[in-house]
Amino acid sequence: MLLALPILLPLLTAIVLHLLPQRSRLLRLVAFAGSLLVLGTAASIVVRVQQAGILVLQVGSWPAPFGITLVADLFSALMIVMVSVIGVAVTASSFAGVDPRREALGYHSLIQVVLMGVAGAFLTGDIFNLYVWFEVLLIGSFVLMSLHRTRAQLRAAFTYVGLNLLASAFLLTAIGLLYGQAGTLNLADLARAWPGRRTPGLDAALSMLFLTAFGIKAGLFPLFFWLPASYHTPPAAVGALLAGLLTKVGVYAMIRVFTLLFPDPHASVYRVLLVLSAITMVVGLIGALAQRDFRRVLSFNLVGHIGFTTIGLALWSPAALGGSILYVLHHMLVISTLFLVSGLFLRQRRTTDLNALGGLYRSQPAVACLALIPLFSLAGVPPLSGFVAKVGVITPMLGGGQYLLAAVALCVSLLTVLSMARLWEEAFWKPAPVASSASALHSRLALPILAPIAFLVGLTLALTVFAGPVSSVTMRAAGQLLDRNTYIRAILGEEVPRAAR
Amino acid sequence: MELLLAVVAGVLYASGLYLMLRRRLAQLIIGLSLLSNGSNILILSAAGVTRAKPPLITKGLPLEQFADPVPQSLILTAIVIGFGVLAFSLVLAHRVHQSTGSDDIDTIGPDRA
Repeated sequence: MLLALPILLPLLTAIVLHLLPQRSRLLRLVAFAGSLLVLGTAASIVVRVQQAGILVLQVGSWPAPFGITLVADLFSALMIVMVSVIGVAVTASSFAGVDPRREALGYHSLIQVVLMGVAGAFLTGDIFNLYVWFEVLLIGSFVLMSLHRTRAQLRAAFTYVGLNLLASAFLLTAIGLLYGQAGTLNLADLARAWPGRRTPGLDAALSMLFLTAFGIKAGLFPLFFWLPASYHTPPAAVGALLAGLLTKVGVYAMIRVFTLLFPDPHASVYRVLLVLSAITMVVGLIGALAQRDFRRVLSFNLVGHIGFTTIGLALWSPAALGGSILYVLHHMLVISTLFLVSGLFLRQRRTTDLNALGGLYRSQPAVACLALIPLFSLAGVPPLSGFVAKVGVITPMLGGGQYLLAAVALCVSLLTVLSMARLWEEAFWKPAPVASSASALHSRLALPILAPIAFLVGLTLALTVFAGPVSSVTMRAAGQLLDRNTYIRAILGEEVPRAAR
Repeated sequence: MELLLAVVAGVLYASGLYLMLRRRLAQLIIGLSLLSNGSNILILSAAGVTRAKPPLITKGLPLEQFADPVPQSLILTAIVIGFGVLAFSLVLAHRVHQSTGSDDIDTIGPDRA
């Protein structure tokens, strides 16, 4: 039952939010309380998984290969915690004020729908169910993106909708072909029964279809153009939600499906993934350096750093995969924080164009220092969490003799430092441009808008301080991912003979 | 029958993708719906086509006498999802048309409006 709660609680909250009288204070409180409850259940799931190993829930008590299974191993549990943390921060940030038109159109319940979809995608143990959760979270995010009708937002929404639906069509195609071959949709059953029945040609085609579908969602190199074209238009809280969660769902699905279904580390798809990850890092950061808008710089950084999270899968070693999982956790926190920080500028100056920003350090040094931590954590400045995560990804490369790859990753880190230092210089440090009115400069940023940022920054610092224990947990998560037999046994049970079916 | 379905699925995929590459939103939406119909037919034919057999197991009849119900339920789910998505994208296109008077993606506006 515990495993269904991260899906059921947001659903319940969304329904209650629809039924309540539309008074914004009440709605915000209910949404916030719902997210806090999810955070509580997520924490207890992590504790239980740590103690008891992989948790399994057969929905409706249908036995494993026939019904839908919910599974939480360490990786899923960690991702669920991050979802609920970002859910809490995003719902808390609505106390600082939401556009009343958005609120009337169901802003709060849509956020809960997206959170439900993401939690479902992280927990499901059935590949078709994964597709359904993808659609749930996409529909929620589509509506969140297009609640407004400025031209830029409509254009961004259309790019986003078109590309993501294309990815869904690819995923559905791959699932259909997979079912035709294997005759089952349960991930554990697929991992067990499929290797005996695969044919090399279709195998390669399937792995490339999955790579394309998840690559579009994650934002890998040739497929990422929808992301910087759309993530800079919605309000900061929505940006934080989408940027923190949606690409990571793509990365999660990629790691989950490939570790279970394509366990041959010498398959050509991993070489393709390795090259694409490296190009993603370089292209994303070069793109970031060319931008002059705070949120567009962040979007390109988001793309660039996706490369770090997929490279662990391509290298296929417990150490590299563990490093990548740590990177995913760190990156979710930091990129969401930075999108919330961009909300400060939207509140104070009504823009995130770097040319119009500046002077925040002079007027409010404490706020600027709060923003400095995620900026430099993303860049990987020691001792912040980004540094720990980068060490976790790059050390296995050096150990595995991938010196060129390590050099690329280090150069990309340098570019990130450059990009973040420029953001700091342009948005906080330089004197405010003369055009901006004095009243805008002196409007203080109040507690409600700062509290969620402070919450996430505090967690980033906690991830820094407890980097040792956390990285040992991510290493264990990676070990679980690569040890397929434990996963299969946990879901299908001991009594199912290996030769069955 | 399987050959025919394979050809139909291929034609639907090809024309759907071609339409998605066009600049007009109406064509993009038609392309999307063709693409989702193509993948439905693909699921049906990939899982094996059976003729005139119900997807129900009847007591006493041998097991070859029924069709696999799973692909049918997958297609049903995919149709429902595709319908919802289609409705949403039509509304979105309608709003784009209302606010710009055009359905050409280039005339919606520059990236930084």
